[in-house]
Amino acid sequence: MRAIAVAARHELIGLYGVVERNWYLVKRYAWWELAFFIWTIANTLSIVFISKAANLSPAEENRLTTILLIGAVIWSYLGIIFEILTETVAWERWEGTIEYTFMAPLSRPVHLLGMGLFAVAYGLVRASLVFGVVAAFFGLHMPDANFGTALLVLGIASVSFIGVGMMTAVLPLISPEKGTQLGFMAQGVMLVVSGVYYPVSVLPQWMQAISTISPATYALRGIRSAILEGATPADVWGDIWPLLLIGTVAIPLGLWVFRRGELYAKRHGKLKRSG
Amino acid sequence: MKAVEVHKLRKEFVRKDGRKRVHVEALRGLTFDMERGECIAVLGQNGSGKSTLVRLLSTLLLPDGGSARIFGHDIAETRAVRRMVNRVSVEASFFKKMSAVENLAYAARFYGLTPRETRERIPEILDRVGFPAARRTHAMENLSRGTQQKVALARALLTSPILLLLDEPTTGLDPRSKLEVQDFIREVRLIHDTTILLCTHDLAEAEILAERIGILDDGRLLCLLPADEIKLLYGAETLEEAFFAATGRAFGHEVEAA
Repeated sequence: MRAIAVAARHELIGLYGVVERNWYLVKRYAWWELAFFIWTIANTLSIVFISKAANLSPAEENRLTTILLIGAVIWSYLGIIFEILTETVAWERWEGTIEYTFMAPLSRPVHLLGMGLFAVAYGLVRASLVFGVVAAFFGLHMPDANFGTALLVLGIASVSFIGVGMMTAVLPLISPEKGTQLGFMAQGVMLVVSGVYYPVSVLPQWMQAISTISPATYALRGIRSAILEGATPADVWGDIWPLLLIGTVAIPLGLWVFRRGELYAKRHGKLKRSG
Repeated sequence: MKAVEVHKLRKEFVRKDGRKRVHVEALRGLTFDMERGECIAVLGQNGSGKSTLVRLLSTLLLPDGGSARIFGHDIAETRAVRRMVNRVSVEASFFKKMSAVENLAYAARFYGLTPRETRERIPEILDRVGFPAARRTHAMENLSRGTQQKVALARALLTSPILLLLDEPTTGLDPRSKLEVQDFIREVRLIHDTTILLCTHDLAEAEILAERIGILDDGRLLCLLPADEIKLLYGAETLEEAFFAATGRAFGHEVEAA
């Protein structure tokens, strides 16, 4: 019993270590963080301005602006989670630290979970700031918004996002450059099929079929319902249960895929420093 | 119980040669053991299999045959082995933008050291390796290679390993840094009773630090004996001559294959 408690304590300290490491990196790259933040604001504004050109009534324009803003913010949030999970592995390979991380007595699920937790916390802060700044810029009215439900949906969706991120994170483990490229492609596919800026119903049938397995589809729909219509968790249950289902599959699958990738890398000597 | 027991350990890699895939044997049935507290040096040219041996013992590679046990644990028991082993490699790999203290804290957490513990231990261990106190918070990228290597040693020792794998820890260091690192390796053995496997290109370093010296050539361990016995075995006056007699090659530098 005591051995289990000691092992659990070590894992928790290790988990903290991963989060702490990412925090150190954010601090050290503070100017890059500022640059990325400004870029995200500019990118979001350029998307949201589309609503101004649509010649709609003020109420309809407010609604479209909010729909586009939610799409842009959730997309940037998703990008941050993928980026932190995938890029950190690529980064560790470039720096050569991956060997030291992998020879440490920390379980892989805890290691990956630590990166995921940091990604979610960091992504939430960034997404909230972008949402607040752009909403204020356009003077958006969201009188019915139920932010509690929106956060709940985003939290549940994050489990699936982390699971998918673990799967893409395995790619740079095998080949840093190609892996990062493939990660971007996977992210791009999700962007197209998930209805980030348009309803999924406008997609061709085969793309709609793919959208049903993308967690972003349900996250966007649920969050939009919560912010535009003030939906409660019960109202968006139709989006929550698929997210729970995808999350239940995505995390074990992500861990399994990563484990397979790690074993492949160890069998073929791929963990060596690159660059 | 032996500190290290390696029995017919094999590892091969597949390399692309144009369109063909070529199997390269990095270790060809290596067998040796080490006593607790012993220091052995493994000499070999680049590509002889030294780094592959270190990576296998540190659970970073999977063997293709044979076995290796560390203090009774097979290297497949990764969790148990990882608690006992640490490594310093020729490349002092760090997050270059992070400081020495931040890099060490990150490494220490994985071994269960809390922030309270590392607040005391990191400055202490950095002092011991002769790291300047004023540079503790400087980004690693602004430190010389010798100074970075001291942090690499500190990282390994912070986790109190009972088996330390040193893969060319002094390669590329200036003479003064090299001596400081060598002194520190001696100190670690004396104070902590750490078992050390030292892979090196430096014959003098091997002779002064290790009780037994192994010559690894093309994945084969040709001998593992005290320096004097190696010289006697090959009828040589110096270790360099003995290496030449054993391998048929001068002690030079080639491209690492694995």
